[in-house]
Amino acid sequence: MFTSVDDVAARLAETGYLASPAVATTVFLADRLGKPLLVEGPAGVGKTELAKAVAQVAGARLVRLQCYEGVDESRALYEWNHAKQLLRISAGRDETWDETRTDIFSEEFLLPRPLLTAIRGDDPKVLLIDETDKADVEVEGLLLEVLSDFQVTVPELGTVTATRRPFVVLTSNASRELSEALRRRCLFLHIGFPDEELERRIVRLKVPGLDEALARSVVRVVGALRAMDLRKLPSVAETIDWARTLIALGADTLDETVVRDSLGVLLKHQEDVLKATAKLDLDAL
Amino acid sequence: MTSPATGVTGVTDGTGVADRLTSLVAALRAHGIRIGTGETVDAAEAVAALGLTDRELLREGLAATLLHSPAQRPVFDPVFDLYFPRGVGAPEGEAAGRDDLRDRLASALAADDRALMGRLAVEAVDGYGGYGSSPGSDGWSSYQTLDRIRPQTLLARVRDEIRARGGSAGFADRLLEDEIRRRIEAFRALVVAEARRRVAERRGRDEIARRAVAPTADRVDFLYAGKAQVAELRRAVQPLARKLATRLAARRRRAARGSIDLRRTLRGSLSTGGVPMKPVLRRRRPARPELVLLCDVSGSVSGFSDFTMLLVQALHDQFSKVRVFAFVNRVDEVTGMLVHGRADPQGLGSRIQAEATLTGWHGSSDYGMALGEFAERYGDAVGPRSTVFVLGDARTNMSDPNLAAVRQIRERARRVYWLNPEPMSSWGTGDSAAPEYAALVEMHECRNARQLSELVARLLPV
Repeated sequence: MFTSVDDVAARLAETGYLASPAVATTVFLADRLGKPLLVEGPAGVGKTELAKAVAQVAGARLVRLQCYEGVDESRALYEWNHAKQLLRISAGRDETWDETRTDIFSEEFLLPRPLLTAIRGDDPKVLLIDETDKADVEVEGLLLEVLSDFQVTVPELGTVTATRRPFVVLTSNASRELSEALRRRCLFLHIGFPDEELERRIVRLKVPGLDEALARSVVRVVGALRAMDLRKLPSVAETIDWARTLIALGADTLDETVVRDSLGVLLKHQEDVLKATAKLDLDAL
Repeated sequence: MTSPATGVTGVTDGTGVADRLTSLVAALRAHGIRIGTGETVDAAEAVAALGLTDRELLREGLAATLLHSPAQRPVFDPVFDLYFPRGVGAPEGEAAGRDDLRDRLASALAADDRALMGRLAVEAVDGYGGYGSSPGSDGWSSYQTLDRIRPQTLLARVRDEIRARGGSAGFADRLLEDEIRRRIEAFRALVVAEARRRVAERRGRDEIARRAVAPTADRVDFLYAGKAQVAELRRAVQPLARKLATRLAARRRRAARGSIDLRRTLRGSLSTGGVPMKPVLRRRRPARPELVLLCDVSGSVSGFSDFTMLLVQALHDQFSKVRVFAFVNRVDEVTGMLVHGRADPQGLGSRIQAEATLTGWHGSSDYGMALGEFAERYGDAVGPRSTVFVLGDARTNMSDPNLAAVRQIRERARRVYWLNPEPMSSWGTGDSAAPEYAALVEMHECRNARQLSELVARLLPV
């Protein structure tokens, strides 16, 4: 899919995703080694966006499995279409039992769910397994077969093996420790907060109306907030929101009043706001 | 420098890379990072795919294939620097004068030029880090380098330089000093890494990788943790608490599958003509156990008890009642200082010391006296539903251990556990009364965050 690490960075940038060297390298390796990519990091640094960008670059279909507590085989893998099977049985009343039985367990009555969808067919696909840590431990076991051999076993049909391996991205917020077996099968990528220069480029790209000097100040203030000991550190998503807010407020430069009034966009806890206000000397005026 | 600025030096052919890679993996394993053969093979494939031309790409590639969690990264980076160094030997050319070096460092800091700072760190260690008498010098010291270069004194100069250029104006100007401080900190780290590399060249890479690289935060001994490590440990409290909370909740869910409630099953069966179609399970009442923490906060073990207090406080939602008591040689309740979600880790220890009455006539810890006072004054805090954790090293300073008080607490409580931050081998040495206490209550060794989280997950009542 990609020829070099620089190629990854350049093509991701075309879709509007500015990748750090670490991100570009790992995506390149995931493609080369054909291994799933496990992405961890704080909320709002672009984990899900990465999968979307890769899908766009590769011209692939994005298949998404959103995990939540209680997601199970019939939601992740496949399900038999019971209603249709019943209709089929009642439609063919004169048939013998053998004919009916083989008939209702065929592809026609199979409802593929994301994991099966991703490994069937010949078109390129990107499989995004979002918030893997929210799913129960049993689902991880289910993923192991899919991620290591790219195959799914349906007892009535047999084993479906991928003819073309999808590019797999798993994301996690680390609210639960994923099992060692799952981690072992993946390349691990931790996306942290971007460095100052990269974040400035991201903000400028996402908020075109922002001028260079203001973008610089915005990123520096956010950087200072991240160095503080806060309950919830502002993420890239918050930086972009804040930049948009500043444009909406018509602010050309940052000053105490503007920052104080819009701090709520960046910080989501009252005590964080109080702490930041004190540290940035916003009360001075 | 003798090599191209970005590439890896000292590795030329295929076997060289393989050897280098396997010894890197061995060094990482020695630090407790679990890496299987499969991952090593992946790493080799990554090296083949990326080539050796760009060192930073190689670093990211190896990290992606070998590591499994962000906590392992601080160990990986210095080990990588040792096995895949930027250059070997000394830089070429005459050593620059100290003032010249400081001038160039100041402009590098002002421009925030990381690459230049890296080169300056190499020069600085070469010029000012060597000690001993032989021409190549006997060793390299980052401490000595930093002491002579004094990068921290450049703060005002760099600030003025940036301001003069108009690089920082308006609101963000107030952030400038902190930013420069962070850059200076980064330079110090570069010097430390460079000095370590030079030492490794002299004394053998494997030994330095094992000895001179700090372990991951959760394996640091509480009693010997430095300031930075304590800060890192405290940052680890929230995620650790969240993980433990989900684990406790899962245990509770499993415990909820009870036996059949016969009375309600029979009553339900009336609507189906006496046939019990739906068995009703006896629902267990969610037990909300009470927790009592008894913490030694005397200087010697305060890092440990602070951390544990914060952890238990973060788990607060899981328990109906948490009461925390601190003692040195007198005991006082400090539950109020740990308001949920607001606990400020930094000031906690000093606040407890300042606001609670913990010392009587002298300032050293006295377990006998404190436990006796607890049993007497706060005896009613311990009931049949409460689990008591005693945190401390059980060093009584030669006074009476007051085993009667411990016995009294044990009789009242549902469970009593003692977590001791000292290694088990030193229990009972000197003035330690650990064996005496261990005979009465269950005592566990709890030296680092990893052990603590295991113990908490196992011992906390569901």
